[in-house]
Amino acid sequence: MSEKMNFCRGGGCTAKLGAGALSHVLERLPKGPRDQKLLIGYESRDDGAVYQVSDDMAIVQTLDFFPPMVDDPYVFGKIAAANALSDVYAMGGEVKTALNIVCFPEDMDLNILGEILRGGLEKVLEAGGSLAGGHSIADDSVKYGLSVTGVVHPGKIYPNNQGRQGDCLILTKKLGTGIICTANRIGEASEEAMEEAVSSMTMLNKEASRICRNYEIHGCTDVTGFGFLGHLHEMMDGACSCVVYGDQVPVMENALDYADEFFLTAAGQKNRNHLEGFVRFEEVPFALEEVLLDPQTSGGLLIAVKKEEAEALLADLQGAGLPAAAVGRIVEKREPEILVVGGKGEAL
Amino acid sequence: MEQKIVDARGLACPLPVVNAKKTLSEFKESGILTVLADNEIAVQNLKKFAVQKGLEAWGKKTGDREYEVTIQVCCGESSDFRKWGSAGAGGTEEKKDFAQPEEPCSPDQRKKGLVVVLPANVMGEGDERLGRMLMKAFVFALTKEDILPETVVCYNSGAYLTCEGSDVLEDFKEMEAEGVKIVTCGTCLDFYGLKEKLAVGTVTNMYEIVEIMEHAESVVRP
Repeated sequence: MSEKMNFCRGGGCTAKLGAGALSHVLERLPKGPRDQKLLIGYESRDDGAVYQVSDDMAIVQTLDFFPPMVDDPYVFGKIAAANALSDVYAMGGEVKTALNIVCFPEDMDLNILGEILRGGLEKVLEAGGSLAGGHSIADDSVKYGLSVTGVVHPGKIYPNNQGRQGDCLILTKKLGTGIICTANRIGEASEEAMEEAVSSMTMLNKEASRICRNYEIHGCTDVTGFGFLGHLHEMMDGACSCVVYGDQVPVMENALDYADEFFLTAAGQKNRNHLEGFVRFEEVPFALEEVLLDPQTSGGLLIAVKKEEAEALLADLQGAGLPAAAVGRIVEKREPEILVVGGKGEAL
Repeated sequence: MEQKIVDARGLACPLPVVNAKKTLSEFKESGILTVLADNEIAVQNLKKFAVQKGLEAWGKKTGDREYEVTIQVCCGESSDFRKWGSAGAGGTEEKKDFAQPEEPCSPDQRKKGLVVVLPANVMGEGDERLGRMLMKAFVFALTKEDILPETVVCYNSGAYLTCEGSDVLEDFKEMEAEGVKIVTCGTCLDFYGLKEKLAVGTVTNMYEIVEIMEHAESVVRP
């Protein structure tokens, strides 16, 4: 069988619809009566839903799927699964079951599908969940992902927008997977660059999420298609502002190089457009701007933690081998909502 | 003066920029690089690229899913374009201000919620010839602003402005290439017999016009 698939075109989270286009449609739909037990999801902006079933248990539902962003089907399966599982971790939950979502061309080698599913299964097992079934349809291009169910204590859900003034912002993975995969698609990425991106994309946010349980977390979200700044904007939620120190943000060096080579994605530009008016860059190199706006596939957790606990949390995350860093802090609401300054600053 | 054309229609990002960059490096003297693209995001990426290279660029919508980005290439003694920062260094005499370097989120210049309404093909009341001249100047000035509207709405005799024969078509096309939504009232096109002549933007109806104006943060009316 052929190990390589010739099906990779702008996959991963770069395939996401632009935030602007999406909200344009969602705003027009009626919401229906509110169910008090639906703790998260009513606002329909969240990636997942949390539904309370008893005093001490809520279920987390989420799904994610996309076209391949790498040529190896097994690796693609792992990335798509890690990305889908991530939403449960961003909410502080535990993965229980997962269902496969598959689009696959009828005339394509079924061994490729087997490899994708094998990669996905491995990640579900690593997450401690069971793969319980799935649904597949014939389509003209490959897409894969998971529908995931997890559980969480209703009182211990990580909100994504309750950050408050003084909080420290921590990011648990390096940025740059979108640009590196884009460079790879046109044959310009080095092997080392792809290795670094792949190992980041296949890594679960399980450990980061587990460590966070020991701390006072006011905001937590996983960084995906809207890029670091896009998800940071959602976290501010019109209630506060923040300062980001450019030199402290963990980024893949190769991604900066590729941004300087102008391997610019459409999704990155859509993110830039969407954030117009919310972000100001001060003495930030162009390449870093691009990486901060770069859509991430299976990106890390972006955490707003109580200032006094930030140092200990960061030490724990780094102790677990994560490339986590304190990247900025939340300030009182002001203009611009997100100020990115070049250089370093006091985030902790 | 060298002139080169890159046809990037049908290519997904980052290829339009990658191909433009490659062709740009082949310039031996000052000239014009024209890049054809089929979506506005590619136009924005091309302009972003040009700004980083310290070069001036214009985008224009030339048809349905047809865009043209013109990059003014200024060659110094060396063809090493990397040396040209966006701060204005480099051997370029005729280079004017680059596109809004102070704007953080350039090159999208649109301001959300800013709507320009053109209810007639003349500006103000009085002599009609003067009114036409003023309208022409108004639309031209609009394209030269740092901030562009999100939407331009044309109705009643304003419908003439977006149809063949209008002397502001090029200005509208330039704005459209920047992503500005240009809509013309369908009833008005029908009334004036212009239905087949619409040359820029799309046809709209009263429901959409009401919605656009209701959602506007500010409405500018000449």
